[in-house]
Amino acid sequence: MPIRDDVLVVGGGLAGSIAALSAAEAGASVRLVSYKKSTLRFASGLIDVLGYPNGDGPVSNPYDALSSLPDDHPYSLAGEQAIRDGLDLFDEVTADSYRGSHTDANALVPTYGGTVKPTARYPEASAAGLASDARSMLVVGFRSLTDFDARLVSEHLEAAGVPFEVRGAELSFPEEFRADAKVTRFANALDRDEEIRFAGRSVGAREALAETVKPRLKGVERVGFPSLLGDEHADEVRADLESHLGVDVFEIPMGPPSFPGLRLEDALFAALDDAGVRMSTGNPVVDYEADGDELQAVHVDQKRRKVPYHADEFVLAAGGLVGKGIDSNRSRVREPIFESYVPHPSDRYDWFDTDAFGDHPFARFGVVVDDEMRVLDRNDAPQFANLRAAGAVVGGADGAAEKSSSGISLATGVVAGREAGASI
Amino acid sequence: MSDAEHPADESNPNVAQDDFEPVQVFPEADEMDLRPGADNCYKCTTCDSACPVAEVDDEFPGPKFQGPEQWRLKRKSDEDIDASVMDCSNCMRCDDVCPSSVPLSQMHNTARGEFVDERMEKLSREYVRNRILANYRTMAELGSKVPRLTNFVMGLGVTKLFNEKVLGVTSEREFPEFATQTFREWWDERGGPQVRSEDKRVAYFHGCYSNYNTPEVGKALVRVFEEFGYEVVVPVQRCSGTPMFANGMLNDAKRAAGINVENFSGLIADGYDIVASCTSCSMSLKQEYPELFDLDGIEDVSAHTYEAMEYLRIHEDLEGALADSSVPEQSYAYHAPCHARNQGLDRQAVELFRELDGVEIEDVGPSCSGISGTYGWKEEKYEKSMKIGEEMFEHMHHAAGEVGMTECPTCSMQMEHGTGYEIRHPLQVLEEAMA
Repeated sequence: MPIRDDVLVVGGGLAGSIAALSAAEAGASVRLVSYKKSTLRFASGLIDVLGYPNGDGPVSNPYDALSSLPDDHPYSLAGEQAIRDGLDLFDEVTADSYRGSHTDANALVPTYGGTVKPTARYPEASAAGLASDARSMLVVGFRSLTDFDARLVSEHLEAAGVPFEVRGAELSFPEEFRADAKVTRFANALDRDEEIRFAGRSVGAREALAETVKPRLKGVERVGFPSLLGDEHADEVRADLESHLGVDVFEIPMGPPSFPGLRLEDALFAALDDAGVRMSTGNPVVDYEADGDELQAVHVDQKRRKVPYHADEFVLAAGGLVGKGIDSNRSRVREPIFESYVPHPSDRYDWFDTDAFGDHPFARFGVVVDDEMRVLDRNDAPQFANLRAAGAVVGGADGAAEKSSSGISLATGVVAGREAGASI
Repeated sequence: MSDAEHPADESNPNVAQDDFEPVQVFPEADEMDLRPGADNCYKCTTCDSACPVAEVDDEFPGPKFQGPEQWRLKRKSDEDIDASVMDCSNCMRCDDVCPSSVPLSQMHNTARGEFVDERMEKLSREYVRNRILANYRTMAELGSKVPRLTNFVMGLGVTKLFNEKVLGVTSEREFPEFATQTFREWWDERGGPQVRSEDKRVAYFHGCYSNYNTPEVGKALVRVFEEFGYEVVVPVQRCSGTPMFANGMLNDAKRAAGINVENFSGLIADGYDIVASCTSCSMSLKQEYPELFDLDGIEDVSAHTYEAMEYLRIHEDLEGALADSSVPEQSYAYHAPCHARNQGLDRQAVELFRELDGVEIEDVGPSCSGISGTYGWKEEKYEKSMKIGEEMFEHMHHAAGEVGMTECPTCSMQMEHGTGYEIRHPLQVLEEAMA
């Protein structure tokens, strides 16, 4: 029975990572098992706590709005202190690369759809772009990057009533990439500052990009780019652009693959590594072994055979419908590993609202937990004495509509990890 | 009447089921039907962003095109397979990241096989060169008969010139040296297994490289397993097929697989599990064999194959065994091969050796080494291969260790080529710690 740890966390996203770190802080030996790359690849990298409670908002202070949430909402169960503890741990992990910890109020960050998102923590790379800032703004897009339309972004921002002048410009990236070049291609060229031919001479990609943008500045005080300004050396790329352009430069979070999400994933991975958390990635957890109401092990499918991973405490942080921690077919909604109870109407036509932007029941599907994040069965009793859940697999919140997904991951992750670690 | 109003019966074989197996959709058909796999692709492009070739090559359309899109095009209008499939290096990273478990590498292998069969001129330099590279074992078997002479000849400038100009094999690389005694010769000389056991038995799949080039890895495996009380046997075997899949030589691969499956599957009933020291070999036996071929015993072989250290971690208290061990001070820059990553083994060496007294080990990050077996040996791919490897070289230089560590023989060639570091296999350190 050789693969054994005190705490085993299933899932490698924000909730799983925070749960693993919290358990490790409590002194437990921790293993994190994850399957495919986490949904952080799709994530904006913004850490929202609460922006639109119960369909209202945006709210400026998420903590003031907590009391309006229903009793079965993960925030109501975890409590305000858990949210604060989760953010503290997050701030520790991300150190200087994130901002927003100086205040309880939400910051307003422009998105690539041209909307303004209320968020609690935002990457340093986005800091100069805040919508509450009155400085004039130029948004730059690239013609071969079809996912990001700078003019659309600026028009939407204007329509949203931002308190500054904003213009959009679609430029050709100085290096000619193929028509549907991947964002990674842009980012790498800047990261490595690849030498390219520009205006008859050979210059670094960063300088060439700055020179391309310069004629469009026309006195603006800050310039926003899609979030592809480098990967590993993103800070350097931004600093170089700023010194060439003489104005502040910021990134606007983009869709997948999202560099802010990938950078956050790297920061979490480094923190897990430093904390001595063991990581086994690439294979799915498919089954479990239990003795009565006590889980003994989970089974990891290692290419057509099941390998047991033993532990004393387990945390399920496998994600929601998008991350596939919650699964559905035409007849029911299920949690596929432990077959935990997921309340939902029996008729699948009641799972959604006919209005696309309506209040969709499916958005709240997930397992039921108590205030220690223990997974409950249909009779409100713990399904197993040593199984907890965190993140999007927990039901009761519409994270996308409320803008609360990250905060829920942090708060439930901290509680589940801390309680699991303390039970050792 | 739409399908939405009348949900299809769950037992309808045309509806993808959770336990879907691509080869089983139409059991009566000879050809694989990959449609349900293709339908699972929702075009999120995660695979494209994880593809090391697409990262450095603007012309390469990426795994999403090579897999689901190419598959659809071909069926819709009888299009030929696009030649760009030959630029895929078979690192299988797309498999690893796909959130919908689309069988991308299986699709690529199938497409590549079809392209080579139907569209490649059999007398072309490229075909001949690829066939020689893919059948490395044949060359190695001849070469290792006179290892010193072969090493001398392969190192000559004139040989390299010939290889590059006539065959299209890059002259930038040093050919791996052949050992003066192969692993199998050593095995025979020592008289086979030194430990006999009824209940702890493994059959060693050494593959070509540890036989002909690095027998010290094979010896380390034998000594470590015998130390744990295992009876080790070494059946007659062929190449695992990895270089053949990567070059679309599916017929060659099937022949080799047939021999391997025949020689190993019979042992399973006697209680043997299969262990490999090369992560591409274990990947091949575990995943590619059952995905691509229909042979008696193939599922059994797949289900009983393990990477060597993976096996010990599952069945022995490896951590406990090393708890009181120590080795003289040494530090490593560890690179996880893509094929180790895909099996979920990318952290096990770091995890284990981090605790071993005397060893400093640092993971040099998730980048691909870029050589991908035969890929980086091709004259026209060499530059690309080095560009992919750049990140790993950089991280190795930044790491404290001046010795590299990896499980994959060709990754180790690339690590050595790019940094000049000596490279060891985790089993060698394990052997040292257990001595």
